[in-house]
Amino acid sequence: MPRHPRLDPLADRYAARTHGMKTSEIRALFSVVSRPEVVSLAGGMPAVTALPLDVVGSMIGDLVSGMGAQTLQYGSGQGDPRLRERICDVMALEGIADASPSEVVVTVGSQQALDLVTRVFVDPGDVVLAEGPSYVGALGVFQASEARVRHVAMDDHGLIPEALEEALMACRANGDRVKFLYTVPNFHNPAGVTLSEERREAIVALAEKYDLLIIEDNPYGLLGFEHEPLRALRARNSQRVIYLGSFSKTFSPGLRVGWVLAPLAVREKLVLATEAQVLCPPSLTQYAVARYLDTQPWREQIKTFTELYRERRDACLESLAALMPAGTAWTQPEGGFYVWLKLPHGLDAKLMQPRAVNAHVAYVPGIGFFADGNGREYMRLSYCYPEPDQIREGVRRLARVIEAELDLHSTFDTVDTGTFRGVGRGGSPNIVGPANSDTYEDGR
Amino acid sequence: MSETAPAPAPVAGADRHALRAVVLAGGLTFEREVSLSSGTQVWEELVRAGVDTEIRDADSGLLPGLAAAPADAVFIALHGATGEDGALRAVLDLAGVPYVGSPAAACRLAWDKPAAKSVIRSAGVTTPDWVALPHSTFRELGAGAVLDLMVARLGLPLMVKPASGGSALGVQKVSRVEDLPAAMVSCFAYGDTVMVERFVEGVELALSVIDLGDGPEALPAVEIVPESGVFDYTSRYTPGLTEYHTPARVSEDVADRAAALAVRVHEVLGLADLSRTDAIVSPDGQVHFLEVNVSPGLTETSMFPMAIEAAGYELGEVLARLLARRAGNR
Repeated sequence: MPRHPRLDPLADRYAARTHGMKTSEIRALFSVVSRPEVVSLAGGMPAVTALPLDVVGSMIGDLVSGMGAQTLQYGSGQGDPRLRERICDVMALEGIADASPSEVVVTVGSQQALDLVTRVFVDPGDVVLAEGPSYVGALGVFQASEARVRHVAMDDHGLIPEALEEALMACRANGDRVKFLYTVPNFHNPAGVTLSEERREAIVALAEKYDLLIIEDNPYGLLGFEHEPLRALRARNSQRVIYLGSFSKTFSPGLRVGWVLAPLAVREKLVLATEAQVLCPPSLTQYAVARYLDTQPWREQIKTFTELYRERRDACLESLAALMPAGTAWTQPEGGFYVWLKLPHGLDAKLMQPRAVNAHVAYVPGIGFFADGNGREYMRLSYCYPEPDQIREGVRRLARVIEAELDLHSTFDTVDTGTFRGVGRGGSPNIVGPANSDTYEDGR
Repeated sequence: MSETAPAPAPVAGADRHALRAVVLAGGLTFEREVSLSSGTQVWEELVRAGVDTEIRDADSGLLPGLAAAPADAVFIALHGATGEDGALRAVLDLAGVPYVGSPAAACRLAWDKPAAKSVIRSAGVTTPDWVALPHSTFRELGAGAVLDLMVARLGLPLMVKPASGGSALGVQKVSRVEDLPAAMVSCFAYGDTVMVERFVEGVELALSVIDLGDGPEALPAVEIVPESGVFDYTSRYTPGLTEYHTPARVSEDVADRAAALAVRVHEVLGLADLSRTDAIVSPDGQVHFLEVNVSPGLTETSMFPMAIEAAGYELGEVLARLLARRAGNR
């Protein structure tokens, strides 16, 4: 059969929302990240090898050999009741004392939870408020639902309530339908910062004042280095906050178990939506998580994770302080996985990426964490996966890359093309030269 | 238009089954993903053609692996440095491992785009004017003065591209002079030397050449029509964003001259087995050499397999033939 000239006979049939789904240079550059020669400060992969893998392995084996009739069978769309009970125990650690298992819907990671909530609430053209920067996976979900994302500024203490109120008023003035605020209050991805106690109260108060629904995404809340977890937004208001949780960082991302805690009416729609999407979450992994929580010292395991991540955070921050050139700034995470770094003026993390790949160090350019094209001067550094010595080496390489880029900018940034002979700004005259003749020698 | 060549005789069954091939794919360059895609395609085609084939990365396990399980011949599906700059081939020469493709010295020349253009131009082949400079020249002489000269001599638009590398990574078309400094900054992130080339408007062609033992043979030209107007990385590797016409919708005369140009480039640079020359046909019918690839892409959206198919060949059979020839030369 002859090839279609465009290599895709269905090219004209795709939905309009797929038009952004293209191969990109960034993806190409990321393909080397998995190689051991490259220090990857890019991926947010939890350190699962710190788990007692033999214990987990035999536990899962027992679930199949002893309970295969249940664990290998379809389950309830809402999720296993026993697991939903245990999820309420987990949420109690962050001050959510009134959650009922009937309000919990188990999902395939919290990513599916976010997708379900967005499907249930967002029509094309609706506005979603989100921190700037925001979690890239959330932006992808909002884009797929054809929402318009409006970013709200944040600083070292998290989302700024005054900026939120300003955004709400502007949306109201524009006649925009704001469906919800999406926020990651603890150890933010990618910014690494945590919403302060005072701001939590202020934001919940704004939700009341402006009839705002909040989607609280909290995968990192139990991974704090400095203090006990702050009370969740959901603990402060059960009707205006829908809470998303995950076992990906406290146990295993490979099991893909997350959840939504929502008021009963919303829960009903979420269950119908998830049944249409996946029928039910995987039974085996739900049983595995429930069994793990029932039989293993999971709180101690979280402490083990936290100590490990604290050591890596320290290695990252110490190296940054020692090596980064002047003009570079970064956040000071008190938990979680990420540092958000601002480059010296004029540098662009995306354009600099090939140089970094050449130097065998990887990061995520900041532009991916904005829906509006901002963030070019930022990057996300993840310290969760590499060993401390690798992190130090990665930061050392990154510092050299930034210095080389500064050198390059010092050469080209001051060029005034307006003074070029015979070329006006915006013009494209072809002023010289016999094209393709042999009269011009190359400059080598 | 060159005549469609007859399909090569398949590798004899017994020989084919005796042939053990290693496909090298991956590497540590920007083109790793493309290489993995090419390598997988080659591996599948060779397996389908009945060749005992293993796919390996070009890493520290390669030489011990080849020593422990020697290959009759290696197929290099690596793109970017090491795979295309001649370095890996020089090592394979040292190890006495036969490989499909051009020798190390020829690769070194082809990899250096400005050097290759100089040689090609000296051989009488038309190629757009260019200048290639390292960052240090701009720093020492003043970027403004040097860029001013470039624009004055070459005009606008300009193509700004890394002096080596493929898949159009880092390549930009600059139409406005005020965009030139930023394009230079962006391009220098890919390497220390940037080539600035006069832009030639026209029909883009990919001209594949194979040599199955009877000398280099040009395959039907593939005409490239990117939806965006620029055949960049996204246009290359996202099915649906570019139209490919094989054979190209050009006159027989232009097709013949394009084919002759590709064979000439292959010969002048001392290439072997396979190559792909990128060229452009200006409205006056002139065919201009742009660059040559010693390790042409073999992905599902690559032009080399399209040309093979258009010539009436089976890709797997051609690859098996090339491997068998190299293995036979051992």
